Amino acid sequence: MTALLSLSGLTKAYPGVIANDDVSFEIGPGEIHALLGENGAGKSTLVKMIYGLVRPDSGTMMLHGEPYAPPEPRAARASGVAMVFQHFSLFDALTVAENIALGMENAPDTADLTQRIIEVSSKYGLTIDPYRMVGDLSAGERQRVEIVRCLLQNPKMLIMDEPTSVLTPQEVEVLFKTLRLLSDEGTSILYISHKLDEIKALCEHATILRRGKVVGTCIPKDETAKSMAEMMVGSKLRTPKKHNTKHGAALLELHNLWLKSSDPFGTSLKEITFNLHEGEVLGVGGVAGNGQDELMLAISGEELTVSHSIQLKGEDIGQLGPNPRRERGLLTAPEERLGHAAAPDMSLSENAFLTGAMRQNLTNNGMIRTEATKQFARDIIEQFDVRTPGTENTARSLSGGNLQKFVIGREILQEPDVFVVNQPTWGVDAAAAADIRHALLKLAKNGAAVLVISQDLDELMEISDNIAILSEGTLSKPRPAEGITIEQIGLMMGGTEVENV
Amino acid sequence: MDFSALSPVSLIVSLMVAATPILLAAIGELVVEKSGVLNLGVEGMMIIGAICGFIVAVETGSPWLGFLAAMAGGAAISFIFAVLTQYMLTNQVATGLALTLFGLGFAALLGHSYAGIKPPKFGSLDIPFISDIPVIGPLLFSHDYMIYISLMIIAGVWYFLTRTRGGLVLRAAGENHDAAHALGYKVIRIRIMAILFGGAMAGLGGAYLSLVRVPQWTEGMTAGAGWIALALVVFASWKPWRIILGAYLFGGITVLQLNLQAAGANIPVAYLSMAPYLVTIIVLVIMSSDKKRASLNAPACLGRIFHASS
Repeated sequence: MTALLSLSGLTKAYPGVIANDDVSFEIGPGEIHALLGENGAGKSTLVKMIYGLVRPDSGTMMLHGEPYAPPEPRAARASGVAMVFQHFSLFDALTVAENIALGMENAPDTADLTQRIIEVSSKYGLTIDPYRMVGDLSAGERQRVEIVRCLLQNPKMLIMDEPTSVLTPQEVEVLFKTLRLLSDEGTSILYISHKLDEIKALCEHATILRRGKVVGTCIPKDETAKSMAEMMVGSKLRTPKKHNTKHGAALLELHNLWLKSSDPFGTSLKEITFNLHEGEVLGVGGVAGNGQDELMLAISGEELTVSHSIQLKGEDIGQLGPNPRRERGLLTAPEERLGHAAAPDMSLSENAFLTGAMRQNLTNNGMIRTEATKQFARDIIEQFDVRTPGTENTARSLSGGNLQKFVIGREILQEPDVFVVNQPTWGVDAAAAADIRHALLKLAKNGAAVLVISQDLDELMEISDNIAILSEGTLSKPRPAEGITIEQIGLMMGGTEVENV
Repeated sequence: MDFSALSPVSLIVSLMVAATPILLAAIGELVVEKSGVLNLGVEGMMIIGAICGFIVAVETGSPWLGFLAAMAGGAAISFIFAVLTQYMLTNQVATGLALTLFGLGFAALLGHSYAGIKPPKFGSLDIPFISDIPVIGPLLFSHDYMIYISLMIIAGVWYFLTRTRGGLVLRAAGENHDAAHALGYKVIRIRIMAILFGGAMAGLGGAYLSLVRVPQWTEGMTAGAGWIALALVVFASWKPWRIILGAYLFGGITVLQLNLQAAGANIPVAYLSMAPYLVTIIVLVIMSSDKKRASLNAPACLGRIFHASS
């Protein structure tokens, strides 16, 4: 059997880092091939080369036994290589049909295109309405748009970059059915993910990348998730342990909170009610865009609400801004590290000052106490193992994982009574993620109440005592994480209330 | 007071003349903003167009050549903005403001010896009999050619943006430049072409001022028309047809207040001359009071610097 696509010796260097170093492997026709690796392992650079967005420094690619070197994505698409992106590739304010037309060469006119969209989407069980505005669609529906866009061009090979990170478990099942159908029809699939269970279930072969190099290949069916993870990371992983202590008094109480989203494509919160206790870790799961950002804004004080709908230690705080809430012991770490949690072009000590000024007493009659501020930043860097040359480097210069450790450490060192964090380990490598989860559990063990909003169900199962699901702006009743199954969570994410078992 | 001079027909005819310069500049800026670029240099590009058009029309005796030269002049000066913001990644707001200051100064230099000269007359539509029909004739069939052209440009831009692939790609670049780039579209090239079009339209609008509306050259003769054009784009919530509505509303109030002044209305002149600007501000406030609607229509990448990171 000749390979559909074979890569040999692909190398690509950026200033200061070799993104891909002598990467070689082959993908056969109809094969579902996994590309495994941590963030920064060079997966994205590799697929960008295959898709013509980046040119390799050296090495060659062969497609159907002929040399293949696409100068731009257009050429890649013309040769039958299509790609479904992780993000960045849809236009919110345009309709489904317009979005699809943008991804095609020689798009037919609107009526024809609409007809073909309907044909393809019903053939592969991907229901979408061509006339809807993409901004109004759920994450799963958006992904269908991208897949249909690829399928309309009859690709020989489909590249999927982290396709399931935003899907509910049920949506993942539907996606896998579609992919298997495509594979049976002879389309090869290059599947990039760090979710090992999915790779075990779906892929026939896997190539593992670490620091730009191929460090191994395997047949996922014959491996365990743990063995593949260790190949990815290159060392043993430590798993944080839950400390199932008794929970104390309720610290943060939300009563019937309503919040209208100010984002035209956002989700308004409806009747959010829960209590968060001393020593408790409450996990809020759900697919992004179901009100997570709005919930975070309401709790942090960036959006004000009816005063008594949020109570901290019995006091109404719904009308207080972020600083008075910090003063009272409610600290938060928002999802977007660069630009929201940290100012990208300011130094780490300045960023430490921005949220820590009050609780760490870093000002003196309106003047910044420079030495104390630097010391605070140094403490964060040391205690949370932030890899950076010093406190005067800009936030932008840190890698995602390091900056996230810095942001979380900055809040934890201020000894919050209530700590709320949104997507704590999104886009963070496995080792840093383990450190962050460990720190959150330690904080709860010391008596703080911790609220973790995350899309990563495995993470929530691992660290939370109780789990609630946010779906279309409403929050399910929190229930003990012990004994809950992924299927039940999946149903809750789809909006079905699951009876207590 | 004598209001008998205020005949509705002549009011409407002169409001169209008053509105056309900002209408042209605004439709150009609309295309620029739809591609995701905020060019605050409209005023500067207009006045460069006004003087280039004036000089060429006077020297050659042909207003048509003057209009062409104005478009070339406006596009040329906008090219400076394009190179600075798209290749050197300078801040769009600061660069646009600088462009306005530069344009005003440079136009004054070019026009030094042209003050007080009369440009050649620009022709109007004159169809025998039809143009002479009372009311309908002057309202529809006897404007100068540029008014018809300006309306055709609006229709053309609307058709381009909503019905053609090129327009879709341009909107996509303004909506999400990273996605457009990932799909393989040349964001920078698209934006430079949009900026050049915006410059040409602003230049044309400026030349209409110096060749038809006034018609004469004086320093600083655009007198804020470029800023009104910028406001008009927001007023129109980035929709071409609404540019006509906004421009004619502004033009109408301008003409009305001039006529009221001439008729000696019992209102202080200062209030009358500020009326068009005041109304523009009020309408803008009302339009943008609904945050949701405003942010839906605005191009999501407006004013953001694009840097291809891959």
